[in-house]
Amino acid sequence: MWQWFHRLGSPRWFYQASGKWLPWLSGVAVLLLMIGIAWGLGFAPQDAKQGNSFRIIYIHVPASFLALAGYYVMALAGAVGLIWKMKLADMVMKSAAPIGAALTFIALVTGAVWGKPTWGTYWVWDARITSMLVLFFLYLGVIALQYSYSGQDAANKASAVLSLVGMVNIPIIYKSVDWWYTLHQPATIKLTEAPSMHPDMFHPLLVMILGFYCFYAVVLILNTRTEILYRERRTRWVQDMVGPAGESGQ
Amino acid sequence: MGQGFLAILRRDVLLAFRNRGEIANPVIFFFIVVTLIPLGLTPEASRLAEIAPGILWVMALLASLLSVEGLFLSDYRDGTLEQLVISPQPLYLMVLAKILAHWLISGLPLTLLAPVLGMMLSLPEAGYFPLVLGLLMGTAVLSLVGAIGAALTVALRKGGLLLSLIVMPLYMPVLIFGSSAVQRSVDGFSIEGPMAVMGALLAFSLLISPFATAGALRVSMHG
Amino acid sequence: MMFRFDSLQDFLQMSGHGPYVWSAYVISIAVMLWLVISPLRRRRQLLAGVLRQQRREAMRQHQEESADDFVTENRK
Repeated sequence: MWQWFHRLGSPRWFYQASGKWLPWLSGVAVLLLMIGIAWGLGFAPQDAKQGNSFRIIYIHVPASFLALAGYYVMALAGAVGLIWKMKLADMVMKSAAPIGAALTFIALVTGAVWGKPTWGTYWVWDARITSMLVLFFLYLGVIALQYSYSGQDAANKASAVLSLVGMVNIPIIYKSVDWWYTLHQPATIKLTEAPSMHPDMFHPLLVMILGFYCFYAVVLILNTRTEILYRERRTRWVQDMVGPAGESGQ
Repeated sequence: MGQGFLAILRRDVLLAFRNRGEIANPVIFFFIVVTLIPLGLTPEASRLAEIAPGILWVMALLASLLSVEGLFLSDYRDGTLEQLVISPQPLYLMVLAKILAHWLISGLPLTLLAPVLGMMLSLPEAGYFPLVLGLLMGTAVLSLVGAIGAALTVALRKGGLLLSLIVMPLYMPVLIFGSSAVQRSVDGFSIEGPMAVMGALLAFSLLISPFATAGALRVSMHG
Repeated sequence: MMFRFDSLQDFLQMSGHGPYVWSAYVISIAVMLWLVISPLRRRRQLLAGVLRQQRREAMRQHQEESADDFVTENRK
């Protein structure tokens, strides 16, 4: 068990192993996303109340899921890096931050675009959208902190502490935004009404969610691999991989 | 152990009293902004009363944000912070003492002055008690949470703006429960719910924040 | 399961919601593509940088080995 743990912590091992997984995972992700998008756009029935604008949820919901899950990935990687001083975990944490921010951005934009035909305005202070916005700020804080430290090690530790504090706070923020919303707003059409969703609508959503999870894994691995290369660019194995004596590039 | 706590508390409060600007600035800021609101919006009492709970709480947030930046800054510059971090005393308690001192010189005056400001914004009578009670607990939470951000950014050159980006999202629950308690009371509902949550937030951040702040200080000092 | 639209025109318009649906999808896919492309591009630059440095070092070694040749070459 510990041996496995240490091996996983070695950036070099991860770089080489993930190179083997990556083609398969990317293939699955692309396939799932293409099926999901075609299904959601063309074949799922339209919603009785929202009409065709409902098809936006096939992007919005998976993106919001991953935006939130991505924060936990980032914070947990930060915790592992902080506690066990695992280099790889630090790299995963640093890579996860911009990905999560991008997914949060997608969720926000699709939510706003969905709002126009449904509520007649791009921005409504709806509970979900508001907590997404807060999540976006949390991501931006971690990214900004990461880049304002000059030393890599201090940057890692500082953003790990911040993302852990954020992780502890996320449930509180979400709950309080929910509470605030029920206080001020009569129930309008929600972006998702999962329990009442027809299976014909739900199955493509499931495919999209799976596809987004695979996509997230692919992008996280890609970013982490690049980060590994960057930090280990002076080590022997990277030098050897690029080509002995600079003859053959990879 | 307790002596170190008291020593730091005494020292920080004393320093703040010698250097009066530290206490006065957030309070003056609070006053000035509250003066700006009727000028920018309307002098009409009924409309001011409507927005008073929210405005007062947003101002409290901003005032706390302004003052929390200096929580560790002067200690960092003159090297006291380094001594604190390497001292054999538990850093958790030392940090807690500094936060408590910060609350005594920023949160508490704000809380005590809040009724005056509420009056200036023609806050209805029912709003005063939840305003003061909420601020009493809420400003403590703000100091505790802000300390984490202050510790993370103390060694950075342009820490101020970053600090607000880091800390503001974490302030949100306090804002929500604080201002809605006032609003509810004005509307004639009970304030037990939001106040209980505010108390829970205080207890929770009292538990977590000094710990996270101590960790953040170690990162800031030694990388 | 069947295609829900009668014609391509219909599919693009989505009974008036087309612009919203399509722009949401296009923006999202663009951001997702950026997420894939940006690490790949950074990786390519990094590898090229490492390669360049290796060449430079190899060159320098070569020069040190044949410093005399280099000097004469330079004079030409």
